[in-house]
Amino acid sequence: MSHHHHLAIDRLKHANPDNAAVDTFMQAHAFPLVEGPKVTFVFRGTVEAVHLKSWVYGLPNSQPLVQLPGTDLWHLTLEIPRKSRVEYKFEIVRGGNGHWIEDPLNPYRATDPFGANSVVHGEGYTVPEWTQLDRDARPGVLEPWIIKSKAFNDIRHFNVYLPARFRKTRRYPLIWVHDGPDYVRFANLKTVLDNLIHRLEIPDVIVALSGSPNRLGEYADDERHARFVTEEAVPDLEKRLPLIGAPRGRCLMGASFGGVAALSTAVRYPGFYGRLLLQSGSFAFSDIGHQNKRGPAFEPVVRFMNRFRENPVLVAEKAFLSCGMHESLIYENRSLVPMLQATEMDLRYVEARDGHNWENWRDRLREGLAWLFPGPLRMVYE
Amino acid sequence: MKGALLGPQQLKQSLAAAVRAVGREGPIALVNAGWQEREEQDEELPGLFERNLVNLRLYERGEKVFAEDPDFAKAHRSRQDQLRQIQEYYRLRLERTFDAALDIARKAAGSDFEADELRFSMEQIQRLDQEHLDRVTALREAYELQTRPLERPSIARHRKELEKILKAVGVVAIAGGHVAVLLNRLRLFGFKELLGDHALIAWSGGAMVTAERVVLFHESPPEGFGISEVLEQGLGLHHGVLPLPNPRLRLKLDDPLRVGWLARRYATEKCVALDQGDYVRFDEDQWFGASGTVLLKADGTVSTEWAS
Repeated sequence: MSHHHHLAIDRLKHANPDNAAVDTFMQAHAFPLVEGPKVTFVFRGTVEAVHLKSWVYGLPNSQPLVQLPGTDLWHLTLEIPRKSRVEYKFEIVRGGNGHWIEDPLNPYRATDPFGANSVVHGEGYTVPEWTQLDRDARPGVLEPWIIKSKAFNDIRHFNVYLPARFRKTRRYPLIWVHDGPDYVRFANLKTVLDNLIHRLEIPDVIVALSGSPNRLGEYADDERHARFVTEEAVPDLEKRLPLIGAPRGRCLMGASFGGVAALSTAVRYPGFYGRLLLQSGSFAFSDIGHQNKRGPAFEPVVRFMNRFRENPVLVAEKAFLSCGMHESLIYENRSLVPMLQATEMDLRYVEARDGHNWENWRDRLREGLAWLFPGPLRMVYE
Repeated sequence: MKGALLGPQQLKQSLAAAVRAVGREGPIALVNAGWQEREEQDEELPGLFERNLVNLRLYERGEKVFAEDPDFAKAHRSRQDQLRQIQEYYRLRLERTFDAALDIARKAAGSDFEADELRFSMEQIQRLDQEHLDRVTALREAYELQTRPLERPSIARHRKELEKILKAVGVVAIAGGHVAVLLNRLRLFGFKELLGDHALIAWSGGAMVTAERVVLFHESPPEGFGISEVLEQGLGLHHGVLPLPNPRLRLKLDDPLRVGWLARRYATEKCVALDQGDYVRFDEDQWFGASGTVLLKADGTVSTEWAS
């Protein structure tokens, strides 16, 4: 057998199959077909063309599938490194019109506020068990919270997570989460908190799950946002809940533009927040001029990042930074690391073979939260 | 003393079975101080024991003592700070020594030095453990000499009350929780000296603090390699076994390297893993009927057939 025939699709091709043989092939495998580092994407149907659309930085974002002659089977084999996650869609062309669909043969989907993508797991990737519902873990509760904001001149609603064994007599750290509802829906944040607390990997924490009606605006270094969080919301929470109320007990967290919101708020109030959890932050900057290729939403971000890069100061004692290697933002995030380290910040930086998506952010939560807030597992034995 | 050591009781309960196996009638006195301000939350326990229960409230009593005796509270706090500091220094030494041991093991692998180097590394770690234990013990003795806790009126009063309660019960039960706090409260009231012919039922952290040494462990933490460490001497209510509760969460029993290291490092005792609901009985230094419990062996294997 030649080297190429190690793959199931090559063996099928070699056999000059008809549609009946393709039926047998389809029944024998799950798709996409992962064989070592090779992943074969497959689509079946009478169409004019099929393209794989993926969001992997460094790969072309559209690649054609090839039709197996005499059949309605389309296929494409790519090399996907071990433990990777790749999100994709198929573009199906019929009657000259293309439309994007999820892979009908793949039951795994990743959802986000814009819809869903199919997701393929490279060999060796497994969904971490601590992200899944654990019946032994007592669930915390979500309490609605309302703040009348002077900064925004409107009323802000969000949920506050209280741990299962919440007691008024204790003192808790506070984590302010940007895009909180998305973190709960798409990154299982509530389940993750329940599980990590249950396993004593993080202490009991209180978590504000805030959102924004205009995140691209408010999260891009908007002075009003920093003021709302720091001068209105956090003081209100600290007044009405048993919180530590010191930098070591205040954390800002966010992904993508939420990461920019977290960092820029900390920069506007240096020393107020002791902990930062920044995931795939949209930390766009320019080394010369203020041009950026990412569009107008990024202009305030570039201005903020360029300012911060000129004069990086220690804004929080400890931070966790993560980014996916398949993201275009990997360059910006890597660039931030030595800068933050130079401020003598206690920094943990982690990369994953993943993209700009909620599962990536979900899978890094344990490491990030436990690094920022180590739990009592060394001392407590239930 | 006789009694039973048990694993955690959250998912699989065995308190009633263990107390029956120990064979002592009558109500039970409970130490729940490891749960600190939650010590009163013991509603489920009488049902699990199928017995009446008196909560000794050692945590609350301790808080009252500190409120009544500010000088003592100050001395106590300052000793706790010292303990925390030296624990941290010991941990730093341990981590570096452990890293060196791993590096040397890699380099010496297959060479003439391999066996010797492994032995030196282990001895060095054991020496660190012992020196830390000695240091903590010396600190405690100096503190007791200086503050004479048992002679302080507030503590003496509580001890009298405790003595009276303990006279009316045959079994003492010690729950888990924060092991340093638990051990601290048991020592504060000279609890060991208050015990007569009581049978002991101790689970999870409670089993740990009643051993000769208290060893903190978790082999797959979200951070770091998970090197175990000695906290201090335990109450020594039983001998020869180092209880390691909740192995499913805290140990890697399928990793011979880790199992062997643990067993050899703490070789003066038998390292025994107690999973949810597991228990083992003891009478002085005899161990019986190890229901589900697992012995960690120096060769890296485990055995369920270890007690007579």
